[in-house]
Amino acid sequence: MKNPSNNPRRDFLKTSALVTGGLMIQPFHIPGAYASGSDVIKLAVIGCGGRGTGAVFQAFDTGHNIKLVAMADAFRDRIDKSYEPIFNKYGKDKVDVPEERKFVGFEGYKEAIKLADVVILAAPPGFRPDHFEESVKQGKQIFMEKPVAVDAVGIRRVLAAAEEAKKKKLNVVVGLQRHYQSNYRETIKRIHDGAVGDIIGGQVYWNDGGVWVNARQPGQTEMEYQMRNWYYFNWLCGDHIVEQHVHNLDVANWVKNSYPVKAYGTGGRQVRTGKDHGEIFDHHSVTFTYADGTVIFSECRHFPGATNRVDERFQGTKGNVYLGGGNQGILKAWDGKDIYNHNRENNPNPYQVEHDELFDAIVKGEYRFADAENAAKSTMTAILGRYATYSGKEISWEEALNSNIDLMPERLAWDALPKVLPKEDGYYPYAIPGMTKVI
Amino acid sequence: MRIGKSFYISFSLAVGLLILWSWIAVPFNDFKPYSQKIPDTALSFDMVPIPGGVFEMGSTGANEEMPVHKVELSPFWMGTHEITWDIFELFLDKNFELAVSEKPLSPQVDGLSRPSIPYLDMTFGMGKEHMPAIGMTQYGAIQFCKWLYLKTGIFYRLPTEAEWEYAARAGSKTKYFFGDDPSQLDKYAWFAGNSNGTTHPVGKKLPNPLGLYDILGNVMEWTSDQYVENAYQNRKSGISKDPIVPVQSLYPGAIRGGHYKSEPEDLRTAKRFYSKPDWKRIDPQIPKSQWWFPEAPFLGLRVVRPLHPPSQEEIMAYYNKAPIADY
Repeated sequence: MKNPSNNPRRDFLKTSALVTGGLMIQPFHIPGAYASGSDVIKLAVIGCGGRGTGAVFQAFDTGHNIKLVAMADAFRDRIDKSYEPIFNKYGKDKVDVPEERKFVGFEGYKEAIKLADVVILAAPPGFRPDHFEESVKQGKQIFMEKPVAVDAVGIRRVLAAAEEAKKKKLNVVVGLQRHYQSNYRETIKRIHDGAVGDIIGGQVYWNDGGVWVNARQPGQTEMEYQMRNWYYFNWLCGDHIVEQHVHNLDVANWVKNSYPVKAYGTGGRQVRTGKDHGEIFDHHSVTFTYADGTVIFSECRHFPGATNRVDERFQGTKGNVYLGGGNQGILKAWDGKDIYNHNRENNPNPYQVEHDELFDAIVKGEYRFADAENAAKSTMTAILGRYATYSGKEISWEEALNSNIDLMPERLAWDALPKVLPKEDGYYPYAIPGMTKVI
Repeated sequence: MRIGKSFYISFSLAVGLLILWSWIAVPFNDFKPYSQKIPDTALSFDMVPIPGGVFEMGSTGANEEMPVHKVELSPFWMGTHEITWDIFELFLDKNFELAVSEKPLSPQVDGLSRPSIPYLDMTFGMGKEHMPAIGMTQYGAIQFCKWLYLKTGIFYRLPTEAEWEYAARAGSKTKYFFGDDPSQLDKYAWFAGNSNGTTHPVGKKLPNPLGLYDILGNVMEWTSDQYVENAYQNRKSGISKDPIVPVQSLYPGAIRGGHYKSEPEDLRTAKRFYSKPDWKRIDPQIPKSQWWFPEAPFLGLRVVRPLHPPSQEEIMAYYNKAPIADY
């Protein structure tokens, strides 16, 4: 269990500064004094699905002087479906998005970002590196959804942009909302203070019934079909181990104050095997090993009818931990006595807290949030898991992070072809452990 | 001897009608307990008859429960148990229903509008097998009834508030169907005093005199009604026959029965509850889900079946009300 370094906790904090909420507060300059309330904060949303729209609501609900000035999405209908409820609820004083500031297609995000002080990045994860890189380049404050990439190539771009964002003192909040959820904050703070001793093992789960499927429509190009069904294609989604399970893996990293050094696992397609299920697996089981030898076991699956479990458990030298998205946070000593039991009632809504804290920093001209580096490394943890289950091989963090296999299509256009295409029988090829090359 | 052709036709017609009649509406002398099989699966749920009659609805325990007034109800069956995930999940996920079913789905069932698969674990770690299905909206609960109707041909729906209270009381005028003594609750209900903060498999406690298990506690149950606080005020005189408060707006919907975290006072049969927009507070999507309340893990459903079903048009009108958008 001994780490070569004497104090892994401190090393970790040094290398990924802001992960645990140890925030550095430094003033930064945004033209105009938001704090006075006289200047409007201009907001743009990139990716106008249900989540992007929800994030706009939450930004407005912070109560600050915010105006939505631009919207971008690959699909016109997504913008329309998003604009209507936003406009109906907040009206023309808050929503100023004329036709010329509704950007449709693959490239519109660049123009939308230009018009804003703060951007919401909520397109499918495969586009995140492009959108984040551009936002940082243009010097914007950023809220972006998890996961932040789908392959190592994308992760490296996000890590580089995260460094740049730090230099420019751009606040970046990422929608790994457990970092903004009081049961996780309070419980993990106590773990880090040593309440259950050193963490020497854990199990993290996202086992549920699965997600939506959109049927193929007549006349759709392959690109449009895959975009409408982004969940089932790795260049867009990264598989459900990345898209959803990243939450639980991120909690493991947070609790361990570290990232895994290697992964070994198994997975496949057992119940979700149709033509409309693209290329992703429906289950993954992965053993992640950390530098100090701690093993975290991870399991995610989409099996309807089976028992659900979306939570995290850890074992420490002095006691054990239970954490759950339903506001649970329980620390117990090995003799069974409660050390801490988080009150589940009346916790603030973490999706709102993300925005409350981000915009509070922005109006005060403070630099407080650099979530992108941790988000990239937690996303990389999930990608490492996928590499392990797809290949069937043990893969190290270093090997995985250096992978040059780029899942993005050569060209983004409605008539361009993604790299994974249906076979003659209409089914998509998918990974075969032992044969598939991932790095 | 000649038997006239017309006799034959009338005879066959009569037999045919009789068969049809017994299928669409069980004759009165068959008003007894039965088990409803979910066609082409091994699953079923049980129903018990609740004879019609007059009862005194409400109590003097809270303003919204006053005045106590007379209500007459037509006979109906009611589910002996809260609907469990085992059954609800078939409705929730068409692919799963297909996989479990012995036959292909009928076009009506195939084309049914179904819940968005929840982005959260809607069991909240409390388990699935034999556990009450939880966290669905009133719209979701009614669409589940529609799915049942398309599967079975039988009109299932949510109870009205009046039907629920009538069945829960089972002839009693006391706070609980077993009297006024809350210390008896442990025998009949999962509540704050014994649940350990979680739902429990249905049917583990004693039923009420009509055979309804977990009618108090475990999870609250949806009714068909809009919640109107002073609904009883305009029923002061005379006898209200089969009262229902039609749903006009998304909130508040009427809910009954108390749940696993309720205190004894909230398990009284006259106690009224209502739905709240707060229960979708942590839904990160806009528009918010028409199907799920991520913060109401204490809310489930139980179905009823009227002995005399309404017309086909009325049935479809009940099921096909457009969902009300929620932002």
